[in-house]
Amino acid sequence: METFFFILFAVVAIFSGLMVILKKNPIASVMFLILALFATAALYVMLMAPFMAAIQIIVYAGAIMVLFLFVVMLLNLSKIQEGGVSALKIIGALVAGGIMVAIAVVVRSIAIPADSGFLRELPAEYGTVESIGRSMFITYLLPFEIASFLLLAAIIGAVVLAKKKLE
Amino acid sequence: MIALEPYLDLIISVVYVVGIVLFLSLFALFATWLERKVAGHIQDRLGPMETGGWHGWLQPIADAIKLLIKEDIIPAAADKKLFKLAPYLVFIGSLAGFAVLPFAANLIGSDLNIGVYYVIAVTSLVVIGILMAGWASNNKWSMYGAMRSAAQMISYEIPVALSLLIPVMMAGTMSMVEIVDNQAGGFWNWYVFRTMPFSLIAFVIYFWASLAEVNRAPFDLPEAESELVAGYFTEYSGIRWAMFFLAEYGDMFVVSAIAATVFLGGWYAPFPFLDIIPGPIWFIGKTAFLVFVQMWLRWTLPRLRVDQLMYVCWKIFLPFSFANLLLVGLWVVLKG
Repeated sequence: METFFFILFAVVAIFSGLMVILKKNPIASVMFLILALFATAALYVMLMAPFMAAIQIIVYAGAIMVLFLFVVMLLNLSKIQEGGVSALKIIGALVAGGIMVAIAVVVRSIAIPADSGFLRELPAEYGTVESIGRSMFITYLLPFEIASFLLLAAIIGAVVLAKKKLE
Repeated sequence: MIALEPYLDLIISVVYVVGIVLFLSLFALFATWLERKVAGHIQDRLGPMETGGWHGWLQPIADAIKLLIKEDIIPAAADKKLFKLAPYLVFIGSLAGFAVLPFAANLIGSDLNIGVYYVIAVTSLVVIGILMAGWASNNKWSMYGAMRSAAQMISYEIPVALSLLIPVMMAGTMSMVEIVDNQAGGFWNWYVFRTMPFSLIAFVIYFWASLAEVNRAPFDLPEAESELVAGYFTEYSGIRWAMFFLAEYGDMFVVSAIAATVFLGGWYAPFPFLDIIPGPIWFIGKTAFLVFVQMWLRWTLPRLRVDQLMYVCWKIFLPFSFANLLLVGLWVVLKG
């Protein structure tokens, strides 16, 4: 059952990921990106990380994708024109394909040792809100605070830039 | 006989989902009738009285049949695939919320560890469906409605989430069942009445912001019929329009049920001795009451302007929610 769902969501994620770059209509691309993010969220759930899945949906599918949709709609992009085959495109495809093959070879060659921690039983509270909160606000408090400080600076910067007149 | 054991979970899930869809449809039928009745009586009329005899109780069935046999029109200039898909996406966003609603201690789709957060996440899907509907219709009223709706729902998600955090902090968990269990033993233990007045403020903010989340009056600007015809579903007819309608009533039920769960004690009775009445009745009763209040407000208050809408969200609800959050946090820490 688990394998079945993994294959289902993995195929959906890959298929919609391909569609994002293959579709000519930008709105359709955004829709397939949403689908891809959803399939990834489902994979998070299968990795016993429901909180990450919810974050994935609320942040990406719920907020950022809506922003994407707004931008695409406001720019009123028409269908992307076909440019024909150029040397640059062939080189790009070769480089991308080469990187993919290299990653696949490296990943396949890694043997996970039995004592590495990847294969041991998961603790009961793994992936719960409580354990994430504890590690975020106790173990990794300083990086968390620095990240939130950076975000705060970015928000203030955005507000300042959006203001037409500064007193 | 095939061995059913490995598939038992799957079968139970499918049965539960079918049950929820049936429940949602029945509730929507009842709610449309109630809405007409409430509107009628508030406006000093009787509402539907003819169909079916007693107070027009067959009116929703007649409406449903009318909708189902109506012609399904797709505008020539519409983006056909997205146009067809949008109402189902909106409906799924509303239906997915039902998965974590605790009708009783054992009657819940899945008692997720992130229950409350899950609801906030899946309801944000509705925005995408609405934007899709508005854009695919290729109609300016639809587009305006969809834009307004997206702006409104994304803004009001913040006070909703912040005020839902208050009971989550008091309970120390996001699981729906545990939150309700912490409110057992009489209405004075309900989270709305604990840590007065903070939790009461949180409840009021949640209720008002949730009205905006489901595009109900006085926040129904996305479908303001006097200026936008019907907003994002202007071009829809027949079964697809019925889907939007079903989703709207489903959303009304979900937001009210969340309020009933996290603030009003879920399936517990207001007095311990009344617990002999089964939990689901209390749960649905509380939810139905909140749905009634939503209708009451809709037929009482005028619609807000767009600038007032944003003013209320960002300058009133948000600062109050933040202050509330800090004070309740302090209360939780001091109480240990």
